[in-house]
Amino acid sequence: MIATLSVVERQVGLLLSVLLALVGLVMAASAGYGVMAVHGSMALVLGIALIFAFSGSVSDPEPPADRIYHYYDAPIRFGIVMTLIWAVIGMAVGVWVAALLYWPEATPAAPWTTFGRLRPVHTTGIIFGFAGNALIATSFYVVQRSSRARLADAVSPWFIMIGYNLFSVWAVTGYLMGSTQSKEYAEASWYADILLVVVWVTYFVLYMRTLARRNEPHIYVANWYYMAFILVVAMLHIVNNIALPVSFSSDQSFPVWGGVQDAMVQWWYGHNAVAFFLTAGFLGMLYYFLPVRSGRPIWSYRISIVAFWGIVFFYIWVGSHHLHYTALPYWVQTLGMTFSVMLLVPSWASAGNAIATLNGAWHKVRDDATLRFMFVAAVFYGLSTFEGSFLAIRPVNSLSHYTDWTVGHVHSGTLGWVAMIIFGAIYTLVPNLYDRSQMAWPRAIDWHFWLAVSGTLIYVVSLWNAGITQGLMWRTYGSNGSLAYSFLQSVEAMAPYYLLRTIGGALFLAGAVLCAFNCLATIRAAPRGVEAIDRPLSPQPAE
Amino acid sequence: MIPIQKLHYNLEKVSMGLVAAIIFAASIGGIVEIAPLFTIKETVEVPEDLRPLAPLELAGRQIYIREGCYACHSQMIRSLSDEIDRYGPYSLAAESAYDHPMLWGSKRTGPDLARVGRKYSDAWHVKHLINPRHVVPTSIMPVYPWLMEELDTSLLSAQVSTLHRLGVPYDTSQLENVKTDVLAQSQPDSDEAEGIAKRYGKDVAVRAFDGNPEKLTEMDAVVAYLQSLGTRTKEPYKILSEKPK
Repeated sequence: MIATLSVVERQVGLLLSVLLALVGLVMAASAGYGVMAVHGSMALVLGIALIFAFSGSVSDPEPPADRIYHYYDAPIRFGIVMTLIWAVIGMAVGVWVAALLYWPEATPAAPWTTFGRLRPVHTTGIIFGFAGNALIATSFYVVQRSSRARLADAVSPWFIMIGYNLFSVWAVTGYLMGSTQSKEYAEASWYADILLVVVWVTYFVLYMRTLARRNEPHIYVANWYYMAFILVVAMLHIVNNIALPVSFSSDQSFPVWGGVQDAMVQWWYGHNAVAFFLTAGFLGMLYYFLPVRSGRPIWSYRISIVAFWGIVFFYIWVGSHHLHYTALPYWVQTLGMTFSVMLLVPSWASAGNAIATLNGAWHKVRDDATLRFMFVAAVFYGLSTFEGSFLAIRPVNSLSHYTDWTVGHVHSGTLGWVAMIIFGAIYTLVPNLYDRSQMAWPRAIDWHFWLAVSGTLIYVVSLWNAGITQGLMWRTYGSNGSLAYSFLQSVEAMAPYYLLRTIGGALFLAGAVLCAFNCLATIRAAPRGVEAIDRPLSPQPAE
Repeated sequence: MIPIQKLHYNLEKVSMGLVAAIIFAASIGGIVEIAPLFTIKETVEVPEDLRPLAPLELAGRQIYIREGCYACHSQMIRSLSDEIDRYGPYSLAAESAYDHPMLWGSKRTGPDLARVGRKYSDAWHVKHLINPRHVVPTSIMPVYPWLMEELDTSLLSAQVSTLHRLGVPYDTSQLENVKTDVLAQSQPDSDEAEGIAKRYGKDVAVRAFDGNPEKLTEMDAVVAYLQSLGTRTKEPYKILSEKPK
């Protein structure tokens, strides 16, 4: 990492490390005890470790002068490794919390092992840890390749990677210690939120500066999706997390939004985290890696344009479909439902465009498990966006809301679409970044593929059954005009489905672990010194 | 090329143009749906009898948040007949008007709690929280025996003042007596117990919630909070009885 930096960049790195250590010290000292003190100490230790790493090499020789003509891949390698680590952590905790619903006393009775504290560790670990690292790492790769330009700066990619992962670690360790804002998918405490804003602004600036260096007149469509991801996530994160700290020496805060307005802001955020974090960014990934892997150009460039603006414009309206029949005004619910249904058009246009791109390359889909991951991702994207529009329709939602159907729907998107496209990208990237012609264990990719597909199907089908059963039991009246089932009976009826979903999740986790070991073996087999080499800029136009 | 294609063809070459267009397209929906919720008066009609949470209840709410109870329990009864029959009158926007954040929830692994107040005895709640399977053999809820530990009230005054700054209508007397009130609500025989009724209304439960008035525990706070749910205003019951005309 440090060998590829110039002397000035190393000095900047040293300065930032000192700053991090100081911030950590101030946080730990002012809080004195509790979650914020622990988080401050973490930053202090990380800062000191980085100071040691930099101070030993500040006066080392300058890197080669032709560095500017090479892609900067070291931060991407770091991001991919973090993606794999978070995948295993996030999915393992997911299987754990799934098991707790079947064996509620399976783990020792300590505060941090309860479902309520572990559940956000799973969601944050997957959304921010696994998906976020994958998005940032691949965006660095895609923006360089499709612009035929080196990242505009060498320090800020590291600032982004390290800062982002510090945010994620602060978030999940905070939940274990009982620190949470309780806003779903935005549970991290106020100072972690501020860190994420700083990281995100740096990310945006780096992305725009790199685009400004491009050697292509046009900005390739994948980059628009990554730009929408960066911009709108910033907007959502800032607005939803505006909060007043109880004191500056405590992790406690209250959001400025309350009641019905808070509910609307929260689900405007919540659903667009799905839209711009888990969809737009990953469509960017799809629009780059699918054509590259299949060797086919995007089927219709025009559809990619129309679908892009459709997704950016329609998605932002749909959050209120999480609040049907609640105290949210009826007109807002209706708007949310209407736009959710309209959203099916750009969603299916994107999915169809991806699948049609494979025309002429179906033999590759059959033979290449990596490309099959991407194909299945596009199929599940189509399926879960259809399901999403369907569930947003008011009468359907009256049955599905509050049930496990929603959880099943989310996992058809996250397991079937998000994780599959990430694995497809990882299996394409890892050999490329480590100078290998293929993964160390090519057959393990096939094993992973079938573990992932069967795990997803078992998970999703069992929760469809669970959710519909719950919804029907809650609303069924007996012949005497009173409710037919107690709530507890609906809980008891869930047992077989909760067991099945745990098994499905465990299969998916097994595939991810296999992927992590496969990557580790590939990295270890890399030729010596590969870490120091940057790739020469491609002389060919990217498209 | 038709003009719009030409326009987009050129837009693809200007990164800041794309940025501006994305921000514009992605802002409209949020503005149209969220801004009017602050300006249209009918969105939240706060009834006169709605009271903010007493300090002990607020401490309980913070524990409810800390433990992630909202991940499995909603506090939002929808306007559907089976929900009204199962849980009580549908939830009004006003009922969560003082809630920062709202805890409407999104999943019912366990039942809705919007009107759980006064449905079970304190002793039932204590037993149930220590180990749910002692009272409900097939429950899948986690155990919370550590709630019997002492309640940390060091931040409570600052928490109440922060909520006051955000617009929750705590009056001067309520703000000044946080430390007294948090203890008094679980000590019905103490001299300060009357202050609770004076400041928060006579409907507020003043009891030794965990059975022991000597020690203020997290259990006191959580049970006080659960017993307050759905009891802070009578408005929802009035609306429902007006319905069948």
